[in-house]
Amino acid sequence: MLGVLQRLGHTTLSGFAKLGRANVFMLQVLSGSLEIVIRPRLLIQQMYVVGVLSILLIGLSGFFVGMVLGLQGYNVLSDFGAEESLGVMIAASLVRELGPVVTALLFSGRAGSALTAEIGLMKTTEQLSGMEMMAVDPLRRVIAPRFYAGFFSMPLLAALFSFIGIYGGYFVGVGLLGVDEGSFWSQMQAAIDFKEDIVNGVIKSLVFGVIVTWIAVFEGYDATPTSEGVSRATTRSVVYSAFAVLGSDFVLTALMFGD
Amino acid sequence: MNREKDVIVSIRGLVFSRGQRRIFDGVDMDIRRGSVTAIMGPSGTGKTTLLKLIGGQLRPQAGTILVDGKEVPRLSRGQLYQLRKRMGMLFQTGALLTDLNVFENVAFPLREHTRLPESMIRTLVLMKLEAVGLRGARDLMPAQLSGGMARRVALARAIALDPMMILYDEPFTGQDPISMGVLIKLIKTLNEALGLTSIVVSHDVQETASISDYIYVISEGKVVGQGTPAELEETDSPWVRQFLNGLPDGPVPFHYQAPDYEKDLLEC
Repeated sequence: MLGVLQRLGHTTLSGFAKLGRANVFMLQVLSGSLEIVIRPRLLIQQMYVVGVLSILLIGLSGFFVGMVLGLQGYNVLSDFGAEESLGVMIAASLVRELGPVVTALLFSGRAGSALTAEIGLMKTTEQLSGMEMMAVDPLRRVIAPRFYAGFFSMPLLAALFSFIGIYGGYFVGVGLLGVDEGSFWSQMQAAIDFKEDIVNGVIKSLVFGVIVTWIAVFEGYDATPTSEGVSRATTRSVVYSAFAVLGSDFVLTALMFGD
Repeated sequence: MNREKDVIVSIRGLVFSRGQRRIFDGVDMDIRRGSVTAIMGPSGTGKTTLLKLIGGQLRPQAGTILVDGKEVPRLSRGQLYQLRKRMGMLFQTGALLTDLNVFENVAFPLREHTRLPESMIRTLVLMKLEAVGLRGARDLMPAQLSGGMARRVALARAIALDPMMILYDEPFTGQDPISMGVLIKLIKTLNEALGLTSIVVSHDVQETASISDYIYVISEGKVVGQGTPAELEETDSPWVRQFLNGLPDGPVPFHYQAPDYEKDLLEC
């Protein structure tokens, strides 16, 4: 009994300690932000690794998700004779929810895990320590560019996901199932509101970008410097990101569309 | 000569614990400018920790560490970074940046800390690589280097900013005899040619002793022996004698603490 309590207390305390470390870490990274203004090349390099290399995955996934939305939406809407609204349905679900959320989940699997493993390995092989001894702050030189690359890439990738997804839905709905093209686009144009739908979607993807990259770089930086430690950190990075994204999505949705 | 000026690293009453374990318990050390000083001791006595304390990556619980007259644990971040620019550290693994090639690794500190034109950086990098005999390896990636070569590249990088002092962390571990010989020669010649001060942490007794001007032997948080290599040969401490000669049994017993052998076998 006492052992259970002890373990519970220990887990809670170390959880809070980690949260504290994560926050201090983030503040230090943010205070090193100037580096990416002085040397934009570092950021561009990372944007390529984190963002550009994710485009194929995000684009393909977006296309398939859009096609599924087209099929499922058509089935339901045609029962009510409302298949002209297919465009609205697809666009709204993508821009409001699926775009940011699915992109964030894919992004954490593709780029987040890679960031964690890379930084964790740099720590294990004493590269971070070595930089410190060369009077180079690894938080500025290594972490800050990677964090900002994730932060800037996420909304762009989410936008790409929604854009391609809409064409996936168009391909199935209009191309294969014969929904009227004019009403597909015009209803979408009339019903999707810039502020209500698009801005909120962008805000979501920005928040998810911060969450996913923060978790990824912190888990790497905080990893136990052994091969087992890095592998665990990588798993944690993806798992925590998924939880954090889905959880905060609920909160954000409640705040944005709850009334 | 003025003693204050002569000593580059001065450690007094150093106490450092990690968790419950006390790693240093009142260590005093003086490292003379221009010398090669070896710090030896069994594995796990915190020799690497000592280098990290000197480099300011860790802070002691008590005691002072003066490096070139500056008290390291008290320095602000900025001052510490200024000091580190004048120190090189050679990590056990080399700690080369794996995404940069040999040339860029050596150029790294120059690019980070100076605004030199590209042609000047090229000249400097090639000079440093020539000093360690790896000018021809400039285009290789760290993964293509052998362990000894990686350490030599790391050494070229450590001297890129012309430091006043280099800290070597186990430079000989896991080296074949040839690359060990190369590293021994490099440490000695670089120390003389560049007017450096070298601190070599190691448990390779013979190799380290052959280039050291002064040796500290630490064990269980204390300095248990010190002196020039010749003085240590004559030591009357049985522990130091066992360590330096690599005897299997002595004050450090061959057997890990265990209950009586006979009883242990007959039990059950």
